[in-house]
Amino acid sequence: MSDLLARVRAGDRRALARLLTHVENRTPLGLAAEREFFRQTGRAHLVGITGPPGAGKSTLIAALAREARRLGLTIAVLAVDPTSPITGGAVMGDRIRMLDIASDDGVFVRSLTSRGRCGGLAPSLCAMAHLLDAFGFDLIVLETVGAGQDDVEIARLADTTVLVLVPGLGDHVQALKAGTLEIADIFVVNKADLPEAARVVGDLRSLQRLAGAASPHIPIHATVATTGDGVASLLQGILDHRTQLDATGQRLERLQRRLLSEVRFLALEALEERLDSALAALPENERAALVTRQVDPRTLAERLLKGLRLNLPLGSH
Amino acid sequence: MVEQAAVATGRRQRSRPLRVLIAKPGLDGHDRGAKVLARALRDAGMEVIYTGLFQTPERIARAAADEDVDVVGLSILSGAHNQLFPQIMQELRRAGLDDVLVVAGGIIPKEDIPHLQALGIAAVFGPGTPLHEIVAFIREHAPDRERGS
Ligand SMILES: Nc1nc2c(ncn2[C@@H]2O[C@H](COP(=O)(O)OP(=O)(O)OP(=O)(O)O)[C@@H](O)[C@H]2O)c(=O)[nH]1
Ligand SMILES: [Mg+2]
Repeated sequence: MSDLLARVRAGDRRALARLLTHVENRTPLGLAAEREFFRQTGRAHLVGITGPPGAGKSTLIAALAREARRLGLTIAVLAVDPTSPITGGAVMGDRIRMLDIASDDGVFVRSLTSRGRCGGLAPSLCAMAHLLDAFGFDLIVLETVGAGQDDVEIARLADTTVLVLVPGLGDHVQALKAGTLEIADIFVVNKADLPEAARVVGDLRSLQRLAGAASPHIPIHATVATTGDGVASLLQGILDHRTQLDATGQRLERLQRRLLSEVRFLALEALEERLDSALAALPENERAALVTRQVDPRTLAERLLKGLRLNLPLGSH
Repeated sequence: MVEQAAVATGRRQRSRPLRVLIAKPGLDGHDRGAKVLARALRDAGMEVIYTGLFQTPERIARAAADEDVDVVGLSILSGAHNQLFPQIMQELRRAGLDDVLVVAGGIIPKEDIPHLQALGIAAVFGPGTPLHEIVAFIREHAPDRERGS
């Protein structure tokens, strides 16, 4: 078992893949690995790439990977696909866009689903990213579909968050939910080969003007992921962003915030799990007491909370 | 409906979804069958990674290894299975994937099947095979890794 950890430490890629599964599934070995490897993390540049379905995120990541390899950087990708809410299954096709670099040792691609875990996807994703970091990848890219709150949270887990927009989504820029634009360190207008792309860039610029001089200036990159146009410049922008964070001392600040939110995710998840099992174990007479109005929901909630044993080790499933 | 029945009967209890790589080796450009199977497996609760067309044996093995799948499904219509499948099995072994379940589907003449099974391909499904049969087979024969490493 711990043989697997040793193999990962020695740089065995197959062992890494297997250990990622343990980490994703929170097996005892996975939890041990999380603790074990955490000290070796912190070197990689974590890049979150998010945007609406079909914006070209995967194509863009493949193009970024090619550029990164040209610069001699290694890159690992964690691509998140939504799970079917009905069966829990998923079809993940991100491999398709990676044909030419699919057997390059400097590129590692791993697909995972949102799996409807309680506490969301973030805890597993963080832990997997840490492991890839410890393994030595220079860039770690997280691909998520920017739709729900969870995705915004995930985007926050990166050093650099790239929001991918595309023409053809109507007044999409205006319609973006509050909070979505704010997470971006870099805007990408992909599919810049399409006629409406210039308008999207224009819309972003005017939004920035509206936001005023007080808000940070966010660079806008136009790309054609399918041909690679603009991608070298985007990669440079991503790398520069981290250099800037380092220069201004913001990187440590962000890192701390990020790790604290990871702590929060883990604690919340454990809390939710315990709450759910306490609820499930609620005796029938107490349930009935609610219905007969002998006890009010808030009182019961407080009683439940008091009864929770919160000092158990995390990740018991 | 049929899928539901398969869920009820063929299931072995696992604490996580099975991961399956569906690969299209070789040069035929038809992936309808592969996609239909991918969706059926998804609907049966599995996590399916679809590689797209024109995969080489090395890439299939690399994807299967990095994605740490339990099952590899090969779909082939070009008739090149006798050349490609031995290479794929060799690459899978080379990548350290001795315990994955490998199944194949597509147009494969009956007389080739024993040879393919000797290579370690657990089952060969012909074009008319009902999807629930494939689902049930995979559930039944996928490696049980909960106990192993
Ligand atoms: N015209 C044009 N099409 C593009 C461009 N980039 C990607 N596409 C196409 O857009 C479609 C979706 O691309 P993906 O890379 O799968 O998009 P995605 O954002 O990863 O999609 P999801 O992961 O499903 O949300 C594909 O058909 C791509 O070929 C581009 O720059 N220009
Ligand atoms: Mg994608």
